Amino acid sequence: MVYLQRHIRKLVTLVGLGILLSLSLTSQAADLKPVIPTAKGGQCVEKTDVMRKNHMEFILHQRNDTLRRGIRTSKHSLKECIECHNAPANDGKVARISEKDHFCSSCHTFAAVKIDCFECHADKPEAAQYRTSAKGGH
Amino acid sequence: MKQDTDMNRRRFLGQAAAAAGLAVAPGVMLYEVQARPAGEAATSKQRWGMLIDTTKCEVGCNDCVTACKTENGWGASETKSSTEQQAQWIRKVKLTDKQTGHVQSLPLMCQHCETPPCVDVCPTGASMKRADGIVLVDKHICIGCRYCMMACPYKARSFIHESLSGQKAHAPRGLGTVESCTLCVHRVDKDGTPACVESCNAKGHKAMYFGDLNDPNSEISKRLKEFGGQQIRADLGLNTGVRYQGL
Amino acid sequence: MKAIRYREIDGNSLGYFALVGILGLIVAAGGLAALYMEHNGHWVTGMTNQVVWGMPHVFAVFLIVAASGALNVASISSVFNKKAYKPLAPLSAILAVCLLLGGLTVLVLDLGQPDRLVVAMTKYNFKSIFAWNMILYNGFIAIVAVYIWLMMERKMNVYSKYAGFAAFFWRLILTTGTGSIFGFIVARQAYDAAIMAPMFVIMSFAYGLAVFMLVMMASYKWSGRELGEGTIQRMKSLLGVFIGAVLYFLLAYHLTNLYGTENHGVEAFLLVDGGIYTKLFWYGTILIGCLAPLFLIFCRFTKNSNTAIVIACILVILGGLSQMYVIIIGGQAYPMEMFPGKIVESGFFDGGVKSYTPTLAETLLGLGGFALALIMVSLAVKVLRCLPVSMADKDVDPHYKAEAK
Ligand code: SF4
Ligand code: SF4
Repeated sequence: MVYLQRHIRKLVTLVGLGILLSLSLTSQAADLKPVIPTAKGGQCVEKTDVMRKNHMEFILHQRNDTLRRGIRTSKHSLKECIECHNAPANDGKVARISEKDHFCSSCHTFAAVKIDCFECHADKPEAAQYRTSAKGGH
Repeated sequence: MKQDTDMNRRRFLGQAAAAAGLAVAPGVMLYEVQARPAGEAATSKQRWGMLIDTTKCEVGCNDCVTACKTENGWGASETKSSTEQQAQWIRKVKLTDKQTGHVQSLPLMCQHCETPPCVDVCPTGASMKRADGIVLVDKHICIGCRYCMMACPYKARSFIHESLSGQKAHAPRGLGTVESCTLCVHRVDKDGTPACVESCNAKGHKAMYFGDLNDPNSEISKRLKEFGGQQIRADLGLNTGVRYQGL
Repeated sequence: MKAIRYREIDGNSLGYFALVGILGLIVAAGGLAALYMEHNGHWVTGMTNQVVWGMPHVFAVFLIVAASGALNVASISSVFNKKAYKPLAPLSAILAVCLLLGGLTVLVLDLGQPDRLVVAMTKYNFKSIFAWNMILYNGFIAIVAVYIWLMMERKMNVYSKYAGFAAFFWRLILTTGTGSIFGFIVARQAYDAAIMAPMFVIMSFAYGLAVFMLVMMASYKWSGRELGEGTIQRMKSLLGVFIGAVLYFLLAYHLTNLYGTENHGVEAFLLVDGGIYTKLFWYGTILIGCLAPLFLIFCRFTKNSNTAIVIACILVILGGLSQMYVIIIGGQAYPMEMFPGKIVESGFFDGGVKSYTPTLAETLLGLGGFALALIMVSLAVKVLRCLPVSMADKDVDPHYKAEAK
């Protein structure tokens, strides 16, 4: 009986340790995933999974339409992405592209895909103020 | 046929204006008629151009240049480049006649040539002319070879020699690419007027006119018809979109 | 004539490693310079919005022009069927490709966006001479590569003649294309001339042959192989003829320019009061690049000295670089004539002569391209069987002495 009790206690401890371990692992895993900042209310112009997969094609297509043909619809324009996805937070300020909490960098640093959109394009809505004073860029 | 569409558009706009309850004068409405919806491409129906009356342009005045800097965000953004390296979309030029000493002044920028040498020489097609005559650089595919700068007879183009930040949302520009006057294409597409022209008029100089060269009823066409207008380096036969009076 | 035997050079002497080492250092310096320029942007160079092409272009254009000329020896043997030149044809073709690659590397590394090379290779604007040139350059490398292979593969030798023809015509078009880069620029007074294209072709003959002779003489001397007097003398005379032709074309170019009144200003600038450009033209191009080598080549006292010939070749190269500088930089420094009869002033340097001071980085980049070309040749002669074991007169041209008498 005592023998059995001891075994049960061991088992419980093991299971407990296991749970603890897996918990800590998952929380670490959560840390590894990019923290994607939330956008300014409402729904994106496309479904999230469509956007995740195809956003580059959308903006590539739009860039040619806008620049070469003068079509200025806002649906797939980079400017509009930034308007919503880098809208001022509670403190009224926005992030720079060089910072991890900028919507675009949050994923792109995680996925290690270098983009040079913001060598030229504004990384914030026209009127918004940066949170930090450090000079952006690379 | 053309009249038909015009009539239709006019009717449509009339209704829209009525629906919105706007009290627009007929003249203003006529202007509104030309607005192009955001989803429609620019067409060769229009050819945008500019007319500069050098007799009204004041020596020493720099208002158009300042307006362009503010509008498009160049001028203060390059901190490391030497003055010879800094971008200049539009500049004021002072001319003194070698014989008579007569002094003139005029703004000089991309002349939006109909047959632009910059577009001809560009290896990638980054230099391009829109259907409505506006010449632009597609910085997405510009490789920064600067052949267009060699070819432009007006020295209208600038190369960006350093990394930039804080660009305007409507005027992307950056390291290693070439840029020039866009005729404020972002404004024109919304039926607006280039910033330089606007400021010149606002300050009361009235030396610059902007409009559609293809529309015989536009102010610029009427003025050109009445007073004529010269091209700089007309000998090259580039049929520039920017014309000058009193040169 | 005996069959010619080709063999790789041993390439394990101290001298060889020293040569490759030094060239390697220059290439590395050029590479670092390019990285530095790309990282910072072009503000670290002397190039500006007024003088947009600088030192890298001087070197790049020189190398590209010389590349097509370096093919001369091969062309003369294949196209004009001159037996005496045949043994050296493979070296000539290899040198041509190496010089071209060196020049193109400089050109690409100087771009504002070098990492967009893919764009340049995939998006062509067929109206652009620059785009044509990219096709011409790639085609040149391909054709000459086939040509080299045909020459070096015994069984295929018979066909090498056709590839030789193709390469010959291709390179004429190529140099015409390079010259046209400038010739079609109507905007600038110094460039807007049809003669630019043929002038570049003639220049390419002279510069290319000079580089070839240096490489050939160095290879033979340093590998301890024999190079006959006949070969050297024959090429030397040819070089003399080419230099004479360059002089003639320079004369024609400036005279035709002087014929049009509108060009008097720019001609006076280049020939009389252009400061550095005038000096470079008269001292660099004419004196050092043409007259001095002509003297060394044809003067009774020096014409049989190999040292004199080596010096002559080096002078031709220096003169060539100086001429490129005058054409490329000088042509931009001279103000564009927009308002005839007026004094022009502006906040953007209109009206005045523009200044250009190259920085170390861009000069190193240019030199690096040169060194890159040479290091590739050095490695090629070590791994490829392209150099005849002996170029002694008795082996390649037993009649030489008889002819000379
Ligand atoms: S003025 Fe110069 S930049 Fe503008 S279209 Fe003409 S050639 Fe091109
Ligand atoms: S610098 Fe850019 S726009 Fe100009 S010719 Fe080169 S690729 Fe075209």
